[in-house]
Amino acid sequence: MSEKNIIPEPQQSLPNTNVSNDQGLLQWISSVDHKQIGIMYLLMALLFFIVGGAFALLMRVQLAVPNNHFLSPETYNQLFTMHGTTMIFFVLMPAIFGFSVYFTPLMIGANEMAFPRLNAFSLWMTFFGGLILYFSFAAGGAPDAGWFNYAPLNEHNYSSSKGIDYYCLGLLLSGIGSLTTAINLIVTVLHYRIKGMRLNKLPLFVWMVFVNAFLIVAALPALNAALSMLILDRQFDAHFFTAAGGSALLWQHLFWLFGHPEVYIVVLPAFGIYSEVFPVFSGKPIFGYNIVAASSVAIALLAFGVWMHHMFAVGSGLVVNSFFSASSMLIGIPTGIKIFNWLATMYGGKIRFTVSMLFAIAFLIEFTIGGLTGIAFSIVPIDWQLTDTYYVVAHLHYVFIGGSVFGMMCGLFYWFPKMTGRMLNEKLGKWFFWLFVIGFNATFFVQHILGILGMARRVYTYPDYKWYGLLNFISTVGAMLMGVAGLLLVYIIFKGLRKGKKAPADPWDGFTLEWTTSSPPGLKNFDTITEVTGRRPLWDLKHPDMRDKM
Amino acid sequence: MKLLVGTEAMFFLSLIMAFIYLSVIAGYVPAEQNALNITSTGIFSIFLVASSGTFMLAERGYKKSNIKSMKVWLIVTIVLAIIFLFGQGKEYVHLIHAEQITISSSLFGTSFFTLTGFHGLHVFIGIILLSILLIMAFLGDFKKPGSNLLSTAGIYWHFVDIVWIVVFTVVYVLPKFNLIK
Repeated sequence: MSEKNIIPEPQQSLPNTNVSNDQGLLQWISSVDHKQIGIMYLLMALLFFIVGGAFALLMRVQLAVPNNHFLSPETYNQLFTMHGTTMIFFVLMPAIFGFSVYFTPLMIGANEMAFPRLNAFSLWMTFFGGLILYFSFAAGGAPDAGWFNYAPLNEHNYSSSKGIDYYCLGLLLSGIGSLTTAINLIVTVLHYRIKGMRLNKLPLFVWMVFVNAFLIVAALPALNAALSMLILDRQFDAHFFTAAGGSALLWQHLFWLFGHPEVYIVVLPAFGIYSEVFPVFSGKPIFGYNIVAASSVAIALLAFGVWMHHMFAVGSGLVVNSFFSASSMLIGIPTGIKIFNWLATMYGGKIRFTVSMLFAIAFLIEFTIGGLTGIAFSIVPIDWQLTDTYYVVAHLHYVFIGGSVFGMMCGLFYWFPKMTGRMLNEKLGKWFFWLFVIGFNATFFVQHILGILGMARRVYTYPDYKWYGLLNFISTVGAMLMGVAGLLLVYIIFKGLRKGKKAPADPWDGFTLEWTTSSPPGLKNFDTITEVTGRRPLWDLKHPDMRDKM
Repeated sequence: MKLLVGTEAMFFLSLIMAFIYLSVIAGYVPAEQNALNITSTGIFSIFLVASSGTFMLAERGYKKSNIKSMKVWLIVTIVLAIIFLFGQGKEYVHLIHAEQITISSSLFGTSFFTLTGFHGLHVFIGIILLSILLIMAFLGDFKKPGSNLLSTAGIYWHFVDIVWIVVFTVVYVLPKFNLIK
């Protein structure tokens, strides 16, 4: 790509080799540069996004009309499992890590991550984890028990193909990769900040990545333990989750002890991106920095106290259900506070409606819808009525797409000039935005109604009840729009890479340190760096008479 | 390393919770617990705990620039850890052959072998880590003071010990007093 003049290591560390400036693919594979690794994470996310999106389209085609037999039930099970697993573990996770490892050092004025080799290790663990998961197709069948892979469906008797073994191995590998990245990020933030940037002056994106890394360190081991137990069950006939003695509920507890924090893991960095984008495109500092920062910590802590709300239907009794119902409602508060902070940031600002800002604004609306349906779910009787219906599907897509994916798009359009040195086409970008948002709402809004009507999720077809056919058809048309939007995105990216306008160092009139270096940054991020006294170092540099007061 | 230990602690917490959880639900046969020989494992545990002490002595040797004492205590630490693993192996052989308890035979077998097995794996990794330090010491890498390699490895090694104390308490001691059914 455009970062051609980068050598992977300083020459003196490779004494007997001649390092030419451009070694093509080898240079990327052997790279320990945090910028190249970040870009590779993002490319990996894009690759799996296309694959996972294609699965979703296949499912929507199957569901377009009642009693359809385009896909067999077995294939359908594999598709929805692989769609969910791919999107969460191999699209959203790599995407957040891509932005995290690329921009954390740049925004704190560092030249590298704390452990560059560990960084490369994490990337390749994650990537090969993904490949192993996909190898299951060649090994007799993909996993077919859903992304949360409930026991006993995940046991041999119910899923006899090798798919779930590959699921375990793939997620274990990528889980180790995520853990090491998180540790790397924490150490980087703690030890590599430029002089003057105290923790309370961190850019909010870095702050959220930092908080998020602690979430990963605490949550991922529960999944790793559960996966290890499952593999012992399947390969060595152990009895953790089997009907013969073990407990299927144990899997649910362990999985959601990881799984609910995981939901916040993929959305917190997105919150961080919004917290950068709103101020820049409103021309104002963020409203209530301290409160935004503190509410992230609150979300991270509360995330560990709500996992049972995924399990209201298992019959845990009134006390347990009430507790988790209350805690789940509680977690809406810090998130709501953030929404108001972002709104207040825009209030009275000179708003520039770039594609990035459009995604941020759309996020406010869509995520609030997803949040409201989430609050509805924390009311136990409503959950009992709606669990395992399309209402859940609608809810989770509103938070995952409206929260996380919009955040990734927002970050992509915001930072693409910095990463590649070229601008993305804003006009095509707006086409993409509207196609994607309209398609997204058409696909998932009607699913709320389908859920209330009682349509069960994860069933390969449905009978021809009143409204079912029409609403599902609307949903499929929406999904096709999203598919077209996805192709358009790929086109925009590759067009931008090849023919995009050259980007200046600071195309958006930004506030933070990454905009002080060239676009794209050289192998060494910074030679000299501006003095940091406030939360917006670049603003202070540009407006010495209007410096932020701390 | 502290972060790594933190995440490892969560991993073991999950396994231990699973052990306790499985021991209170139906289908668990408490009698199998009696197959464990608390005395012999207790003695082997002392070796492991002692290895934490000898490691601290190795660290003290390094701080005083007494490389020879450091090497000796590192060797002692490794030997103690190997003795512990030997004890664990002996117990496994006994359970599998004499008592017919395996990972697939029962709930107890499943959670026992998984929990202690994962701990044993960590001890083994620790031995590799210590051996690397020892080799480095013999190659002369520790001639200068000020390296934090030893104290970093120490965090891990003490952690593995502490986990064992918890595991030993939960798996061997508490059932004796019927604190876990």
